[in-house]
Amino acid sequence: MAILVDKNTRLLVQGITGREGEFHTTQMLDYGTQVVAGVTPGKGGMTACDGRVPVFDTAREAVDETGANASVVYVPARFAAEAILEAADAGIAVVVCITEGIPVVDMIRVRNYIKPLGTRLVGPNCPGLLTPGEAKVGIMPGHIAAPGPVGLVSRSGTLTYEVVYALTARGLGQTTCVGIGGDPIIGTRFIDCLELFEADPKTERVVLIGEIGGNDEEIAARYIAAHMTKPVVAFIAGRTAPPGKRMGHAGAIIEGGEGTAAGKIAALEAVGVRVAEHPEQIADLIASE
Amino acid sequence: MKLHEYQSKRIFAQYGVPIPDGDVATTAAEARAVAGRLGGTVVVKSQVLVGGRGKAGGIKLAHSPDEAGQVAERILALEIKGLPVRKVLVDQAADIRQEIYLGIVIDRAVSKPVMMASSEGGVEIEEVARVNPEAIKKVHVDPFIGLRGYQTRWLAKGIGLDPALQRSFDQIARGLYQAFIESDASLAEINPLVVTGAGNLLAVDGKMVLDDNGLYRHPDLAKKRDIDEETPTEREAREAGLSYIQLDGEIGCMVNGAGLAMATMDITKHFGGSPANFLDIGGGAQADRVATALRLILADPNVKAVLFNIFGGITRCDEVAKGILTALDEVKPQVPLVARLVGTNEKEGRQILAASDYHLITATTLAEAAQKAVAAAHGELEA
Repeated sequence: MAILVDKNTRLLVQGITGREGEFHTTQMLDYGTQVVAGVTPGKGGMTACDGRVPVFDTAREAVDETGANASVVYVPARFAAEAILEAADAGIAVVVCITEGIPVVDMIRVRNYIKPLGTRLVGPNCPGLLTPGEAKVGIMPGHIAAPGPVGLVSRSGTLTYEVVYALTARGLGQTTCVGIGGDPIIGTRFIDCLELFEADPKTERVVLIGEIGGNDEEIAARYIAAHMTKPVVAFIAGRTAPPGKRMGHAGAIIEGGEGTAAGKIAALEAVGVRVAEHPEQIADLIASE
Repeated sequence: MKLHEYQSKRIFAQYGVPIPDGDVATTAAEARAVAGRLGGTVVVKSQVLVGGRGKAGGIKLAHSPDEAGQVAERILALEIKGLPVRKVLVDQAADIRQEIYLGIVIDRAVSKPVMMASSEGGVEIEEVARVNPEAIKKVHVDPFIGLRGYQTRWLAKGIGLDPALQRSFDQIARGLYQAFIESDASLAEINPLVVTGAGNLLAVDGKMVLDDNGLYRHPDLAKKRDIDEETPTEREAREAGLSYIQLDGEIGCMVNGAGLAMATMDITKHFGGSPANFLDIGGGAQADRVATALRLILADPNVKAVLFNIFGGITRCDEVAKGILTALDEVKPQVPLVARLVGTNEKEGRQILAASDYHLITATTLAEAAQKAVAAAHGELEA
């Protein structure tokens, strides 16, 4: 078991013929992910990744022809919002958007449009999903992970890899690693993943990696207190971040005294979540849970 | 990207929001001329991208053109929270009967814009939220339906606005919402929105923050970026596609990935040091980007040591190691360097660094790297 993607996932790659799209599709195929189709408007009928993946002009054709049920978006920022809408309208259940730099106003429309369609969006501006040994959807390096009992959800990219690497090195494998993304408007938030991990029988412990900006970690803390039976260990990046400055991610900013690391850490500790002082300590804390 | 008060108010005015008559001036003589044209009492307001201008002496009334000139001269000589005042706005002074607040931001938790109104205008909304949260009324705006009349009526009623002003308030609120959406803003605020002695609404002060990701659609707005919003180094970094923020510590940090960059800053502090910067070199980490990044870090005279923290995922550590060496050839740093390369091809990466003529201090864990960087910055560790 895992959450969101597994060995039965039939993946569609949007923007498959772009440089990023083709490179990462090859990586996903080599990992064993079932990549069944790609979409690039105007390139229908061609193949990508040395003939391994058929390309379609539209997501709808790709779904009709191949039964794709998940998609990953590598389309440039100006066209990515449209790609998400196209996937949702084609009936795709899980859409993972890697693209960084989509305007917030576009994402507000996308988020509100796809909600009633029942499509789950992960991202944008995220590294994607990795269910070790089964499926890799996005850009996470597959070889640092291993199957095991830890569920991991994070707003970051390389910081996630760092933690996964440390967990794997200590023999603590993962059910699924989820990068939810660093933008202000994202499709899947901490509480959505906590709910999925709580329901997943294979997940025994959960790692939550947050950062400054917004109040998703505070909302997660309330959720953990009310609904989680499985232990959660957390880390919050940005204790030394100054207010009013965007720290790389569009959503990582302290505004009007809101979104500080101190506030998030206090909220999590208040509900009994242990918060690591630095990333490597997460593996220690998880090992002792 | 932040806009100045005068820029924000001019945008609002294009959407039918009434603003005071006025103009910007960069010299005392210009300010005197604007005041002369306006006649009567004027208010001279420093245009800097920080709050608390009034307390810092950056907003003054003047009762004649000569006085406006004198006041402008004094304000133009000010530095407010480290920012020089380069421009003043000279506005006709308003006859203020009541001050209210009207603003719009994005509610991340609901994924919709939220419009907020408060009867306590002229104070920062965060302060009102802390002290008297009941004074703030909020409505979420559906992106497909837009802001509706019943919503603005509810806001107006909620803050106790004179019913005679409801129509005007509705127009201003809708104008502000349109300005927000069509400018790709993340914040648009009128504070205060004033009820004048004559019983009209007037946007006396305004503020806008634009979403950098939406700027490509607004080349005219992108040109308005104030040079004082970022340091020269931050500007150079942005133009080079690097994400860099200058801090006041002594350990320069070069990291791939924003979250890991923050965690690296935090861990230097945890071990008794302080970070000199936030820097995300992004994925790939080609040699020229690494070199530019290193040059920017070393341009800061406070930097006493540099910490490279690279997690190789898709990025390979051997490539990054080569990038670091190329950068060192070009930049020739005089401070100790600590390098930690982990992940894909880490062994090859470390070998490349070890075989070079440069004496890099190496570490395997992040904790070890941070401790070594702190010790090196404090002169307790030789390369």
